Parts: sequence; structure tokens; C-alpha cells
Amino acid sequence: MANIPQRIVHEYLRHDKKFPHVWCAGCSNGIVLGAIIRAVASLNIDRNDIVMVSGIGCSSRMPVYVDFNTLHTLHGRSIAFATGVKLHKPHLKVIVVTGDGDCAAIGGNHLIHAARRNIDLKVVMINNNIYGMTGGQCSPTTPHNAYATTAPYGNIEPDFDICNLAMGAGATFVARTTAFHVQEMQSMIKEALQHPGFSLIEVVSACPVIYGRLNKKGGAAQMLKDFRDNSLPLAAVEKLPPEKVEGKIIRGILRKEIRPEFTAEYAALCKRVQTERGE
Amino acid sequence: MSKKVEKDRMGMIIREEDTPEKMEVEITEIKAPCDKDSPVLIYYNWCKKCGICVAFCPTGCLGRKSDGSPYVQAPEKCTHCENCDRLCPDFAITGAKER
Repeated sequence: MANIPQRIVHEYLRHDKKFPHVWCAGCSNGIVLGAIIRAVASLNIDRNDIVMVSGIGCSSRMPVYVDFNTLHTLHGRSIAFATGVKLHKPHLKVIVVTGDGDCAAIGGNHLIHAARRNIDLKVVMINNNIYGMTGGQCSPTTPHNAYATTAPYGNIEPDFDICNLAMGAGATFVARTTAFHVQEMQSMIKEALQHPGFSLIEVVSACPVIYGRLNKKGGAAQMLKDFRDNSLPLAAVEKLPPEKVEGKIIRGILRKEIRPEFTAEYAALCKRVQTERGE
Repeated sequence: MSKKVEKDRMGMIIREEDTPEKMEVEITEIKAPCDKDSPVLIYYNWCKKCGICVAFCPTGCLGRKSDGSPYVQAPEKCTHCENCDRLCPDFAITGAKER
């Protein structure tokens, strides 16, 4: 297989599905799917050893198109299903693709407990700031004063910082990037796939059709340009004064540490009890 | 002549020309392109005309048609940076040097 980005992606797609895919023109979900596929391909992992789990939402349509083992599950419960898969077959690499509403609102509890257990799941959270599939309702990550169909005069709630939430809950690999920084995203997914423990990658992405239209953000290309101009890498943030950092998206690996992993601990427990009982 | 009408799992009617066999053929075409002279290959069947590839082409090799879809306006300017490959949400364009 030649090292051509688009050809690698085409190799991994399910060609019996209906293409072009269902996402709107300019939606970042396709960019993220491409980055995930290229990250998997660059590590030479057998596609039968990858499980992609998703819930409900725009981004959760992703496993339908890609030729891994896939599970398309209940709204918000993707991490719960993925925990089951991982515990039963610990050698599999489990990637959870989820949206901001799916992960932070309905599945918020599953997220924090999976992070606390440090189970080896790779959660790619695509944050488009809105519930895109159901018509643009306000999600937990809709910024303050932004518009949504359920917030026609502006959102009065403060938004959720999912990376901080995951770090507070004890996730061992937390990273944030934007849909524009594809190569960075690809290397982060690659690093997360090699990391033993719960990994969360937040991808700030563009929903040009609903969020962009309601908030007058311009088209898809303009939204990606905004990500390029309004984001800062973590290394630059430490050198800049705080007033220049305010309102910017901070990209980079925010935490990487090693802690005992849940499935390994569980296997060790089983072994210990079996030896104690002489089985 | 009877047109074959199929329904996929979601109950949507897919036309005869959208059947998987036909798509397989088109995908092989993007892998082994017919136009070897063009530095950028565009797969118009999958393109949704979002304009991302044109906006992020660093050299201005790509231009936009009146309907919004991209075309190669200056083939000599292409540097094979593969920006369009990576940023295309629909996997519909490739600017790779090797084919």
C-alpha cells in the first residue's frame, strides 16, 4: 500500500455502503475519520483487532463507513458498551467515537467513571458545540452567548471544558486539537493508540450548516480558518501573557501519565484468587 | 426496460447507478486514474462542493467552478503538499505525487 493519504482511507472504507456519506458539506467528521484511519494504518494494526464503538449523533455515524469491527449503540452508552468489549477481549484496541452531546451530556457519567477506572479505551470526542443531528439544540459545550435553536437569544449557561473534566476524573492521556490540524490529530490518535490507559482526544470541529449558520461563522472553510487563527499550541501558551491566551483554543497533549490499567488489574485479580483457591 | 430499485437497510431507495458494484468500479478508477497528466485528481461523484480544498490550497492550483466544485486551474503550481487529501471531508480529492 503506497503512502498516499487518500488511498489509505479508501482501502479502509466499506464500499458496500452508500457514498458519499451522510454528513453535510464541509462537516469535519470526514476529516476526523480520515485521520483515525491514517493513524491506524501507520501503526500497521490488523483491522480485525480494532473495534470502533459509537453512540448516536452525527459523529457516531462514523463506524458505519469503516471496515473495522464496529458497534453502533445506544445514545450516550458507547463507553459502557466499549468497556464490555474491552473486558471480554483485552487484546483488542477499542476506539470510541462520540460527539459532545453524546459524551458529555447523556454519557457524562460513563465518561467520568471510565476515566476513573483507567480502562484502555481511546475516546475521540468530536466537539462541534451543538446537537447537529437533531436540529441544533444547545449542548453542554455550546459557548456562552452563542446561538442555538433552543437558545435563540443566546446561551446563558457557561460551557463545559471536557478535557478538564476528564483530567479531574483521572484520565491518563488527554489531548485537544482542532479539525484544521489534521496531522497533529493523526499523531495524537497514534500516540493514544499506543498509550496503555484511558485516552481522550477532544477534536474541536466545525458544524457549518447548523452551528455556523446560527452564529454567522461563514462557511466550512472560514470556520477551519478560524480554528487555525484562534488556537495556540501548549508550548506557546506557557510563554505568552494570560490576556493573549484568553478565548483561544489550547491545542496539545495536556496530560500523559502511567497509572495501573483496569483490564490488567482485573486479570491480575483473577489470577491471584485462582492461585489462592488452588484452582 | 425495467429499472432495478433497491432499498438499503435504512429503507432509502438507492438508484441503479448507486448499487455497490458500480461504486466499486468508480473507486478503482480513483486509484488508477485515467488522466495521468493532472497533478490533482478530483472524484466528482463524492464531492459535496464545500470549498475546503480550494480555500486551503497554498499555491492557488485549485480553482472553484460556478457551481462550487473544484477544478485544476493551474496544474504547474501544484507542489503535491497533500493538504487537499487530508482536509477533504469526503475523500474526494488527491494531490499525491505517486499514483
